[in-house]
Amino acid sequence: MDIVDLLSHGFIQRALIAGSFIAILCATLGTFLVLRRFSLIGDGLAHVTFGGVAVGLFLQVYPMYAAIPIVMLSSLGILKLVEKARMYGDAAIGIVSSLGIACGILLASAAGGFNIDLFSYLFGSILAISRAEVVASIILSLLLIGVIWLFYHELLAISFDEESAKATGVRTKGINTLLVLLTSLTVVLAMRLVGIMLISALLILPPVSALQVTRGFRMTIITASFVGVVSVILGIFVSFAADLPTGATIVILNFLFFLGVFVYGKLSHR
Amino acid sequence: MSVDVLSAEGLLFRHNSTEVLKDISFRLQAGDYVGIVGPNGSGKTTLIKLFLGLLQPNEGTISLFGVQPSAFREWRKVGYLPQRITSFNPHFPAAVREIVALGLLSTKGFPKRVTRDDDRAIDKALILLDILDIKNDLIGELSGGQQQRVLIAKAIVSEPELLILDEPTTALDPDAREKFFGTLQSLNEMQRVTIIIITHDIGSIGKYASRLLYLDKRIVFYGGFDAFCASGDMANYFGEHSQHIICHRHDSQPGSLIDR
Repeated sequence: MDIVDLLSHGFIQRALIAGSFIAILCATLGTFLVLRRFSLIGDGLAHVTFGGVAVGLFLQVYPMYAAIPIVMLSSLGILKLVEKARMYGDAAIGIVSSLGIACGILLASAAGGFNIDLFSYLFGSILAISRAEVVASIILSLLLIGVIWLFYHELLAISFDEESAKATGVRTKGINTLLVLLTSLTVVLAMRLVGIMLISALLILPPVSALQVTRGFRMTIITASFVGVVSVILGIFVSFAADLPTGATIVILNFLFFLGVFVYGKLSHR
Repeated sequence: MSVDVLSAEGLLFRHNSTEVLKDISFRLQAGDYVGIVGPNGSGKTTLIKLFLGLLQPNEGTISLFGVQPSAFREWRKVGYLPQRITSFNPHFPAAVREIVALGLLSTKGFPKRVTRDDDRAIDKALILLDILDIKNDLIGELSGGQQQRVLIAKAIVSEPELLILDEPTTALDPDAREKFFGTLQSLNEMQRVTIIIITHDIGSIGKYASRLLYLDKRIVFYGGFDAFCASGDMANYFGEHSQHIICHRHDSQPGSLIDR
């Protein structure tokens, strides 16, 4: 089957469109998270998403609807733990993420019957994405990218130095809250693409690949988005052609991109 | 009667149960140039953070242009250079002009955007610091001294009325340091920018500052350099030998601002 045949399939078209938008969103947001040294919040919130999906399946509501408020509240919980309990971000993320996983496991165990559904959320099912989910992915991605664009300079300022940002009138508390809420929504949105277990790779790998080769902050975001989109497109084609899990293939391709630019960077500086 | 640029009354700041600063009261008026000196751990950086509302005092009041720091909104009037950027990532991908532009955020509404006029202001600040030629370089690729000059440019790019600098010259070579103090002097004299500078280089600051604030958890001395040299505090804190060297060096500097 050639590429033209592949592209004629509706499910491939839907996967490519939704995946590309989500990849751009993850790369853009991930650039700020990586430079803010807050990369692992994506991983932590993904674990909470597992708990949120379990709640949705348990209550028999659409899992994304249950996951969104739970993950958003958890992200605010992480910020509060850092602020009030005098702990570093990684410890706060560890606490909240393990709590999310534990709740998910308990609910799955109590319900007993939805383990197969949960499995699809854990490892992603982009090829099974519906038309409505594609539309929702596009709208939500554009909305979140728009918010990032509106607060671009404030996000850049706190990523560079939070204390100086505060002394230039940036409301750092509000911007930090915005950043974690954006991350929450992005993580829930991206779980259909690569699965809960692999979401953080979409947030981290494209930006760190871009950081190896680019000059300037905007260029880093553009390059990271390009890497993310190409990985998703290639990942969908390769996984379909070779009968591999799509989410894992996308992540491996992202890693290969990183490895390539890392080696290129090292060789070009010799 | 003009409003004080900055005033503090009866400040007390504790970290856990330890008193870091106590009995801090002083006023600063437009055009003042104050050097804050004192030993390590004397509370200099803490005092600056209190002024900027980055820390809250346990007791006492602070007024920044007549307003409490927590309610202060005119941040364009304030330029700040922190002692060191704790989160500074050597691989941060922003170019020098992007970093300096962050100093203009306080002048912007919503959404904050950099305009062509801002580009001119950025160039002006870079020229003043003699680093226009590196405006497109990445901040992480610069030497420590160049990075420091970029951060100073960021602090002054909004043409603030109050400039607060925490050990700005530590990474600068002697030539750059002299030039930097000359730039501050011109900002202070020509544009009446009020300056607060923390430094261990009491000899250099003595040449330029109009007042010295000697801090050691409380204000030990606040006044002109000549009075500082004449007081017993100098010998107590620096030793007689250092006092002789510093005060003699100050006396030998022509055109000192201390007598203004």
